[in-house]
Amino acid sequence: MNEPNTKTSSRRAVLTGAAKACGAACVVALGLGALAGAQKETRAASALRPPGALPDETDFLAACTRCGLCVRDCPYDTLKLSGMGGPAQVGTPYFTARAIPCEMCEDIPCVVACPTGALDHALTDITKADMGVAVLIGRETCLNLLGLRCDVCYRVCPLIDEAITLISTPNTRTGAHAIFEPFIIADRCTGCGKCEKSCVLPGAAAIKVLPRALASAPSSDHYRLGWEEKRRAGESLIPDTMTLPTRDPTTGGLKGFKP
Amino acid sequence: MSAPNPFSTPNPVSRKHPAALAVAVKGRLAAHKWLLLRRATQLGVLGLFLSGPLLGLWVLKGTLASSTLFDTVPFTDPLVFVQSLVTGHALAASAWIGVGLLIVVYMVVGGRSFCSWICPVNLLTDGAHAARVGLDIKGSLPIPRAARWWLLGTVLGVSALTGVIAWETLNPVTLLHRELVFGIFLAGSVAWMLIIGVVLFDTFVTNRGWCGHLCPMGAAYGLIGAASLTRVSGRNRAACDQCQACYHVCPEPHVLTPVLKGAEGSTPLVLSGDCTNCGRCIDVCHRDVFAFTHRFNRSSVPHPHGSP
Repeated sequence: MNEPNTKTSSRRAVLTGAAKACGAACVVALGLGALAGAQKETRAASALRPPGALPDETDFLAACTRCGLCVRDCPYDTLKLSGMGGPAQVGTPYFTARAIPCEMCEDIPCVVACPTGALDHALTDITKADMGVAVLIGRETCLNLLGLRCDVCYRVCPLIDEAITLISTPNTRTGAHAIFEPFIIADRCTGCGKCEKSCVLPGAAAIKVLPRALASAPSSDHYRLGWEEKRRAGESLIPDTMTLPTRDPTTGGLKGFKP
Repeated sequence: MSAPNPFSTPNPVSRKHPAALAVAVKGRLAAHKWLLLRRATQLGVLGLFLSGPLLGLWVLKGTLASSTLFDTVPFTDPLVFVQSLVTGHALAASAWIGVGLLIVVYMVVGGRSFCSWICPVNLLTDGAHAARVGLDIKGSLPIPRAARWWLLGTVLGVSALTGVIAWETLNPVTLLHRELVFGIFLAGSVAWMLIIGVVLFDTFVTNRGWCGHLCPMGAAYGLIGAASLTRVSGRNRAACDQCQACYHVCPEPHVLTPVLKGAEGSTPLVLSGDCTNCGRCIDVCHRDVFAFTHRFNRSSVPHPHGSP
């Protein structure tokens, strides 16, 4: 009769042991999951990813082994690895445009160096890179918007007249001059950060590169643009537009009204 | 099989002086041969990673997660690779080649050779062990032998669930290596807190706690080690006088038991994947019981007085 007893107790020991181990593993999993999962979103807006970085941060962190080979092969020391508590997830590559911007090497050595495809090897034309978008944030301090001809951000842009242009508007302060506003064409901006680096303002730049998700507002699906629809359909979608009476008092639109 | 040898004087081998007899019999250098080779390799590999950034001589580039040798031969760590795989990311060719090469290398030299010959954390945890012995700390929080396997499974599970390479947010091995090789610790990183935590844990909480019980990276290399070629053999175990020197120095002492206390006719090879091939048992044995060999060499030195 001893044997079944031993069997039962040993089975119980095995089951209790397994349950304990499962419990401990769950605790560790929750902790690690919280760390790894929560860290997905903890990248500072000033920390830009190298060219070709997978656009979705989760995809990027699924692929990046944090080896630093991209950092090593960057000829301009633009790329850095984040430390623990740094601007990006620990060990991942980033750059700060105001410190050292991306020089947009034609052969993109950082992408070539990436062993896992966290930097997408499909990117072979650096002008198609999407590291972020430049935004003119300091509208009160930008020298061009004050009416001066600084133009530095415009001049240094590797895609001058494609990614950034100058829009002239009358300078209402002087009444005699023009204001040349730096205007970023978001679709073409690669986020290299040369404009932010070269902004002549002391301290922070008036023009800053931000990750695209922060700097853009995707158009909404549920709005239909009447003129687009009209062009596509060949005619207006609403055939009988009401003709409203003219309300101009000087032409007698409102009967009996004397201004 | 081993002749009981009650020492005429008290056994000079102790936890504090495991190599006492070996030094007396073989000399100080021979009693530390593998230890010195190992330290030279550990520091040498670190040096080959650092010669690039410091001197412009690029030999190894990257970190222990992924690296290249002379800018051509790629290496990728198996655990990092598998974590990336279970997130659903199909890695680029370089990583596939790199992980394949590394598996082949460790299949030859022994899986956990990584732990004792390459890993920078080993330098610190060996130091922690020395501190533990020096401070005469005997208490040790027991951690089940299977903990590292559970942790390995957990790490892979969390990677699959969160969709990111989970362990690299915390892995002290790649963290320490990255901090050293890229000089990140100079830039205000707080990773040293975690590293010191591991050292304190090993010193004050659990004997050989991190490398010997928990590290999932070591566990992954242990899986390779279960089938790898280079092995320690207790081929001369008939000469063992049970001085316990090897048990004092071995980071995974349970791997020695089947060899030294095994049944007659059992293999003299240390076949456990937990063995790190550190060779310290070879150093401290004053009767040269152990030697490096390959897994197909099951030969033993015959007993000096015939079969007992």
